[in-house]
Amino acid sequence: MAKTLFEKIWSTHVVAERDEETLLYVDRVLLQENSFHAFDKIRREKRTVRNPQQTFAFSDHYVPTRNREAGLNGIADPEIRHMIELITSDTTAHDIELFGIEHRFQGILHVVGPEYGITQPGLIIAGADSHTSTHGALGAYAFGIGSSEVAHVLSTQSLWRTKPKTFHVLVNGTRRAGVSSKDIVLKLINAIGSGGAVGYAVEYAGSTIDSMSVEARMTVCNMSIEAGARAGLMAPDQRVIDYIQGKPMAPKGESFELAKKYWQTLKSDPGCSFDLSLELNAATIQPQVTWGTNPEMVADVTGSVPDPLQEVNIEKQVRMQRALDYMGLNANQTIRSIKPDRVFIGSCTNSRIEDLRAAAAIFADQTCRIETMIVPGSQQVKRAAEAEGLHEIFERAGAEWLAPGCSMCVGINGDKLAPGQRAASTSNRNFEGRQGQGGRTHLVSPAMAAAAAITGQFEDVSQYPEAHTWNL
Amino acid sequence: MEPLVHFSASGVPLRLANVNTDQLFPARFIKKPRAVGYAQYLFHDIRRNKEGSLLDSFPLNQTRYHNSKILIGGANFGSGSSREGAVYALFDAGFRVIIAPSFGEIFAANCLKNGVLATCLSEEQIASIQQTLTDSDDLTMVVNIPSQTLTMSSGILFNLRLDTFQKQCLIQGLNEIDLSLTFSKEIDMFEKSYRAIFPWTQS
Repeated sequence: MAKTLFEKIWSTHVVAERDEETLLYVDRVLLQENSFHAFDKIRREKRTVRNPQQTFAFSDHYVPTRNREAGLNGIADPEIRHMIELITSDTTAHDIELFGIEHRFQGILHVVGPEYGITQPGLIIAGADSHTSTHGALGAYAFGIGSSEVAHVLSTQSLWRTKPKTFHVLVNGTRRAGVSSKDIVLKLINAIGSGGAVGYAVEYAGSTIDSMSVEARMTVCNMSIEAGARAGLMAPDQRVIDYIQGKPMAPKGESFELAKKYWQTLKSDPGCSFDLSLELNAATIQPQVTWGTNPEMVADVTGSVPDPLQEVNIEKQVRMQRALDYMGLNANQTIRSIKPDRVFIGSCTNSRIEDLRAAAAIFADQTCRIETMIVPGSQQVKRAAEAEGLHEIFERAGAEWLAPGCSMCVGINGDKLAPGQRAASTSNRNFEGRQGQGGRTHLVSPAMAAAAAITGQFEDVSQYPEAHTWNL
Repeated sequence: MEPLVHFSASGVPLRLANVNTDQLFPARFIKKPRAVGYAQYLFHDIRRNKEGSLLDSFPLNQTRYHNSKILIGGANFGSGSSREGAVYALFDAGFRVIIAPSFGEIFAANCLKNGVLATCLSEEQIASIQQTLTDSDDLTMVVNIPSQTLTMSSGILFNLRLDTFQKQCLIQGLNEIDLSLTFSKEIDMFEKSYRAIFPWTQS
């Protein structure tokens, strides 16, 4: 029978079945500092970690982005410092590898996983973070879990799952210059709604996806959760195989050849069926800017903030008005008339080397008009950017070039917006208070964020003469 | 896990779609140890104005709903981050039943692991319950897990969808890890054959 990519991965991991639930074997477990509740549970219930060698932990959510040379001593807030100490002691106690604050490959779990070769096609990856969906870009079935399930998978290397339905999202067409994978996924979330993919594993395919770099694909899968899908995945092609080859944890030699042969079978068979399908034409998509408090509330950069009074659904109208009130915006004002106070380029969505190159192309020989933070996703990304001299471009423009971590995407390491402050941000959530209590977030691509830094407003980067030279 | 068999409490309507876990439990509180009690953080920011005083418009701030322990929410309730603290905050505040048209999946799973029932009714059913909780003087709702029913004080009854596995976990207050460890032999056998077929997955 013709199978989908998702079904192929699922069926190779079934340990047992019981009623509606399947016990699935988990290949890799990814942890971060907020996993402390799971370790508390393990201690309280006197459990052991079954396969520590399949578990990887990361200091990313709480690490400071400034004064990193000072290590732990550089963290003034004792509660924040304690979180870094906790993940260190918990992972040491259970013999789990930690990409800690001083590790040469430290970074955001969803940036380090792929670049270190932890993420591979065909694997099931469970992560203590909802953006674990990112890893699906390499053909893995990867999803976020809460602390109780983290404790479960650490104890048993497996998880009980109800089989999700499958959703085929086809993206075809040639993107306009300056339109990035971030714009495409925002447009998709706008089309289906932030709950539009609840209950589904989304498989992305089509010529636009094929034409994307592996990193650009990660941005798409990363934001699957913002449409409600716990997992998004893509068939691994030659680009993915080339990407993995040579990574520290990638299989080597004969082992790699064997793996490659299997990876090449990981695609949906012709004639397989999905529970839901949708096609998106990438050619008509413009750069996007969110105007509301949820990623589905997004508009074309050349468009305007919608008018709640034009919305026929009363419940939706109320929600839109609430968002406008929170964001301090007026109905019908143009997106270009919105003036951000700050720019944040970073997060597991957009902090990889290609994201930084796209931003640097715009920063070159320009000066920031507003406060701008650039936070690479990992030490490896930071080194690569510095080797290319990107940091000099950023610093010359007056932007801050900082140390890797989640930083102002979630605002818990101390990097945050002040109440009422407005940010152009390359992160993934524009929720109320997400980047700091009372802070206002506009989600954009790295190129759009860089243009906002230089002009103090949202500009249509697809109209920039050099846009065609960017490989987004 | 504390079993959940019958639960009788006042209901509170929260007419807001896409309530996310940042709203349920702001990220800056995640680092707090559970022992401090998470009830104080539940809906911390959205129930307050900019100056920090409680908003009269937020249902849980109204005297009428002070003792409510069943929450009737909007679509896509609990979307966003995987933080289980969102469920701890509800649990610590006494909520054991959340009913909405749909849920963020990670949140719904987290509920179940903590003995909190998160179950769906249709948009129409939710709207009618929310209306009752707005108009009626008796806000009592009775949830019966074995019979999978929700009964309003008026006697109106709703059938609840619940899969067999979830039902058993809730009623028995099962520790899922204990249950899964009874499959240890299966896991060992699976692992052995899996590693033979996919040897490169072991580094």
